[in-house]
Amino acid sequence: MRGILSISGYVPVHRLDRREVAALFGSGGGKGTRAVAGHDEDTTTMGVEAARLAMAGVEVSDLALLFATGTPAYADKTNATALHAALGRPASEPAWDFGGSARSAVGALGFALASYPTTLVVSADRRDGLATSTDESGGGDSGAAVLVGEATDSVPALATQLGGASATDEFLDRWRVPGDRRSKQWEEKFGEQRYTALALEAYGRALRQAGLEASTIDHLIVTSMHTRAAKAVAGKLSGGRDIIVDDLTQSIGQTAGTHALLLLAHLLESLAGSAGGATIALVNLADGADVVLLKTTPEIAHWVPAKPVAKQLERTSPLPYGKFLSWRQMVTVEPPRRPEPGRVSATAAWRSEEWKFAFVGSRDRTTGTVHLPPSRVSRVGGAVDDMEPAPMANVRGTIVTFTIDRMVYSPSPPVAFAIVDFDGGGRFPIELTDCTADQVAIGGRVEMTFRKLFTQDDIHDYFWKARLLPAESQGDN
Amino acid sequence: MASHGIKDQVAIVGMGCTPFAEHWNKGLDDLIVDAVEDTYKSTRVKKADVDAYWLGTVQGGMSGITLARPLQLEGKPVTRVENYCTTGSEALRAAAYAVASGAYDVAMAVGVEKVKDSGFQGLNAQAPPNDGTARTLTAAAMFSMVAPAYAAKYGIDMDTMSDVLAQIAVKNHYNGARNSRAQFRREITAETCKASPRLAGGLGVYDCAGVADGAAAAIVVRAEDAYKYTDKPLFIKALAFTAGSGAGLVDPGYDYTHFPECAGAAQDAYAQAGITNPRTELAMAEVHDCFTPTELVLMEDLGFAERGTAWRDVLDGAFALHGDLPINPDGGLKSFGHPTGASGLRMMFECWLQLRGEAPEERQIALKSNKALTHNLGGYPGEMVSFVSVVGTELD
Repeated sequence: MRGILSISGYVPVHRLDRREVAALFGSGGGKGTRAVAGHDEDTTTMGVEAARLAMAGVEVSDLALLFATGTPAYADKTNATALHAALGRPASEPAWDFGGSARSAVGALGFALASYPTTLVVSADRRDGLATSTDESGGGDSGAAVLVGEATDSVPALATQLGGASATDEFLDRWRVPGDRRSKQWEEKFGEQRYTALALEAYGRALRQAGLEASTIDHLIVTSMHTRAAKAVAGKLSGGRDIIVDDLTQSIGQTAGTHALLLLAHLLESLAGSAGGATIALVNLADGADVVLLKTTPEIAHWVPAKPVAKQLERTSPLPYGKFLSWRQMVTVEPPRRPEPGRVSATAAWRSEEWKFAFVGSRDRTTGTVHLPPSRVSRVGGAVDDMEPAPMANVRGTIVTFTIDRMVYSPSPPVAFAIVDFDGGGRFPIELTDCTADQVAIGGRVEMTFRKLFTQDDIHDYFWKARLLPAESQGDN
Repeated sequence: MASHGIKDQVAIVGMGCTPFAEHWNKGLDDLIVDAVEDTYKSTRVKKADVDAYWLGTVQGGMSGITLARPLQLEGKPVTRVENYCTTGSEALRAAAYAVASGAYDVAMAVGVEKVKDSGFQGLNAQAPPNDGTARTLTAAAMFSMVAPAYAAKYGIDMDTMSDVLAQIAVKNHYNGARNSRAQFRREITAETCKASPRLAGGLGVYDCAGVADGAAAAIVVRAEDAYKYTDKPLFIKALAFTAGSGAGLVDPGYDYTHFPECAGAAQDAYAQAGITNPRTELAMAEVHDCFTPTELVLMEDLGFAERGTAWRDVLDGAFALHGDLPINPDGGLKSFGHPTGASGLRMMFECWLQLRGEAPEERQIALKSNKALTHNLGGYPGEMVSFVSVVGTELD
């Protein structure tokens, strides 16, 4: 039985209050908030966060990784390989970027449901726009990951596919030249008219082919960067029934192609513990319409999501508009008067791939001493080349001591930095992220997160940082 | 297998030191020439007598040519050494060992750093090409983790701790105000120190060493030749050096309240020199006060105070210019700034002046013994190199 084996969303902690836009510029903004990727996050790191959650506790082999994003960290160079490395997947498994538009994520999901043995579909997007624009305040940043494959006893399916259909059309509604921050849109009514027609056609065909009546759909997700069209289409497809899934745009904004997978993750998580049998229609409008029809299985009753989107939506940190503008490089703020770091060496980074990307140290087989970074010679006992891998990405730690560095170079000073002792052994001095100076304390509990330290010569320096566990988890072990 | 040392085998017979300052009008070569000329004025050694040279500089230039070119040395053995902030001391150590070995009769150690040509504040080292996983902080940030850890371990409230640290800065500024070669020559109050803007952790501007250009130099000969070149030589009693393995960064057992590399170097130095109670047997010490908490912890690492008690001694004025054991009578890194290659030799220069009774009256200490200590460290808590020397005016 083929289906969705696991799914997760990732929403960055930072929120921009849309009212701040008008407060500064006298126009733009609106009500509610949008999610904003940290200064150390890009689509690759957000993809990693979502993928780690989807893969938490899941053991699968021969996995193909597909990564879809409209805002890739690299062109020419594959971004999926960084996710592959961060997840510690073996070299024998493929990792491919799957296009770069708002249609790619749902396309990759449909492709995975239809074909390749076991596939992790990952998507992440960052939405930019000129100051005061609708895209700036209405957009958002997120990641999502869906594991698709044949169900097994150990990895059962949460939902299976009932059917699906696509309608494709070449027309100009929204466009952006690669590298540009500004997305442009034709007169809205034109897109709305096209999307409505395409959605109705594809939706009807998908239902017919699956042998379903529209009235049997329990949950309807409609996503599009054309929010007006999404709203109109949702209204029409719902037939006036209360089946439209909250699109979260009020709290996090519309997160481009990733949004469909994020809402699907949010919905399935809300159904965790239910009896199963719920039918779901997922409709994404981007240069056509893609429809995926799913049905939850009884297995969803036993599913415990790693970190539900709902939980992530509760934990937010307000981001001043000025910080937002500087993080998005819409304004240039004065950097610390310190030299910028040199670019990462490609050869050195490759040699330490497991450490740099997957946070794997080494453990002395004789004494059990953990070495971070990995060492060939043991700190205790002096054994040489007698180490086993010590994967630390999923190990929590405790802050022994910390400091706030207001002088060192950083894309967003100051730098919070802590000495962290890991549960079960091992210490590493590491930068903290997603926190303010006053939140850091000795004894604080942290988890690891994959981030971008800086970019030099267009080379992104990916590595791990520590993130404070939420207040309610501070006592957890 | 032992650290034997070279006690009383080698003597310093000449020393010089430039003013430490933001020398906008002097380059590396000027600083070298100034320090070396100042050194020749202090001794009967002539340029032609010097057989070999060691240059300590962290970023001033590569190879011995960095020294040979400005001094116009023809066909001499000139070696450049680097060992973080202990670099100046390392040059002296190499020169002393070369003489002790019998390889040369006369050797010169020169330490220099031209820091203020970088256009940046502070000391900045460029890392070699790497995998981008080693996050470097400022030294201030790394050392700022010491004060809260020390306070917590010994149950000192942070207000008292802040008084202790301020007292160290006040003392060093007081001494520096009496030194014409110092970069900062103004006394400060504890209030000024405590009210200064925070740079990293709890460390404010006045908790941090300054940044300056400077150079210093020393000439060493075999002990038996010493009086040929000066009437008041300094005999080398001990030269100790320790490089840490970086274990403190990854060892959960390390608590940021002590520097094992410094304690290790001190222990070795005292064994070489035959010192059993440094607090009473030394007339003074020049220590690496890069930040105020560093000096506090060093008082314990160097055996001047029991663990957990140095803060009381600081408040009692034990380490003041006319205290029980004067620490940094020249003003220390705090007043001098820290041109990395020069600092170790600058410290030795103060021993040279004080033990010979040649310090200016306003900061000449009462000599309760004829021995002095210099201490350097480089790196960060947990990952450090450390140097300790003991010198004296008499052969034991």
